[in-house]
Amino acid sequence: MDVYLPIANLAVNGLVIVGLGALTGLLSGMFGVGGGFLTTPLLIFYGVPPTVAAASAASQVTGASVSGAFAHARRGGIDYHMGAVLVAGGVLGTGIGALLFRLLQALGQIDTVINILYVLLLGGIGGLMAHESITALRAQRRGLAQPARRRRHHPLVASLPLRWRFYRSGLYISPLAPLLLGMATGILTMLMGIGGGFILVPAMLYILGMSTNVVVGTSLFQILFVTMATTMMHALTTHAVDIVLAGLLLVGSVSGAQIGAQFAQKAKPEQLRLILALIVLGVALRMALGLGYRPDEIFTVVPL
Amino acid sequence: MTRLGVLAPVALLLLGGARAPILVPEISQHKVEVRQGFTGADLLLFGAILDPAGTRAAQDYDIVVVLKGPVQSIVLREKRKVAGIWVNAASSELRSAPSFFAVVSSRPVRDIVDDKTAAIYELGLDRLQLSPIGAIDPQRQRHFADGLVDLMQRQGLYREDGHGVTISGQVLYQARIALPSQVRTGTYTAETFAIRQGRVITSAVTRVDVSKQGFERFVAEQAEGNGLLYGLFAVLVSVGMGWIAGRLFALV
Repeated sequence: MDVYLPIANLAVNGLVIVGLGALTGLLSGMFGVGGGFLTTPLLIFYGVPPTVAAASAASQVTGASVSGAFAHARRGGIDYHMGAVLVAGGVLGTGIGALLFRLLQALGQIDTVINILYVLLLGGIGGLMAHESITALRAQRRGLAQPARRRRHHPLVASLPLRWRFYRSGLYISPLAPLLLGMATGILTMLMGIGGGFILVPAMLYILGMSTNVVVGTSLFQILFVTMATTMMHALTTHAVDIVLAGLLLVGSVSGAQIGAQFAQKAKPEQLRLILALIVLGVALRMALGLGYRPDEIFTVVPL
Repeated sequence: MTRLGVLAPVALLLLGGARAPILVPEISQHKVEVRQGFTGADLLLFGAILDPAGTRAAQDYDIVVVLKGPVQSIVLREKRKVAGIWVNAASSELRSAPSFFAVVSSRPVRDIVDDKTAAIYELGLDRLQLSPIGAIDPQRQRHFADGLVDLMQRQGLYREDGHGVTISGQVLYQARIALPSQVRTGTYTAETFAIRQGRVITSAVTRVDVSKQGFERFVAEQAEGNGLLYGLFAVLVSVGMGWIAGRLFALV
């Protein structure tokens, strides 16, 4: 099924794109991450121009996180107070990201920076997740109870001025901490075309120390609004949102997300986390090869 | 043959120096419409070449057809390994890089014309006039031009075929050039050259208009000129689809 993408200026096989959307949707349903970290590189690999890939992947992540966010909202799994601060930071972040994007583009180093960010972030977080899930699985095999992690926020967070109460998260911390965190994910969303869920969730758990039952819901809530802001930002600045590409990805990902969510209820969380860690590490490795061993192309063309 | 050879100068005299043969080029389609489902187009460039003296061309001509897409200003960047990682280390700004370029000929170009003629008429991928900005030494310029040609060739946007033109009966010629789906829109020029003994005898130009039509045109125009509404629509679609999927699967 050949589909012409009017903004990417390219004919693609529509079924491949829908399949790609379904794959990332499956991930998002299973793990509560957006899946943008997989969509954007795969689209670029398929021949879609990088900016169009990042811009259109953002709207796919919006679609995939909507139903998840609704589901969490229904059972009170969202701290709206915390979410609002994160979203405010995220929207600021997309603005900063757009400026950075333009600056790096002018310097000619945008693709190198994006690749380095992918390798560092995905490699680091993938490694941590893999380590954690392997120790957990080993402990289970030996029949040991897993030591409960003490929930506490990072000492740096405690040193920030001004304190607010976030009731559902069970926190009394400075709003600057979630604001900065939201900002960081906003910048990454704009630059890398990712939702930032796989950074946000661990950061909420281990840096902010939020209570576990609102972490995934609040993260989805933040991703939902920040990717919406990213889509708008791209539509206004880079004009690179391809509605046909986004539509195809959405068809796949929204259904994939639903199937993934049902899957997740049956599987063991440690195993799920190990699989996600391996996928994340795989993408990081692919990017690292391009940086250190051999890039896909020596020459690249950019319109003046 | 010999009789014609004798008659030809006479005929030329009679025609008052109208020595150039007549070249009548034609293209299978003058409009390429980029619509939904567009996967590229196959252009047939054909025509006839007639000697004004007689009813058919007496001599062997070579035909070269050059199809050129709209030119664009680009930055060409080259990656080099710096401190263990590949980064964009060098660049060249080119003011007139064609977005599409195909040279097809009845024999390989270097067998038909000498270097100078090839350079004048831009016959061949190594003869592209890219107009680099700023002073740049010829060797580096060559290096960048080769890099661009290699990249574009692998994307199907640049092509050189030394046996792509067939001439039948020394009168009719035809060539096929495929446009891939990722061609840029704009006006394409197809220039046909008739060459004899290393000299361009005559040439003629035809145009092909490649443009987005219908839905594709509408989307491209909205994305470019109406960013706010377009963005809002994209957000609405993504939220709507996510919500509908959630509702549908809740029923299952």
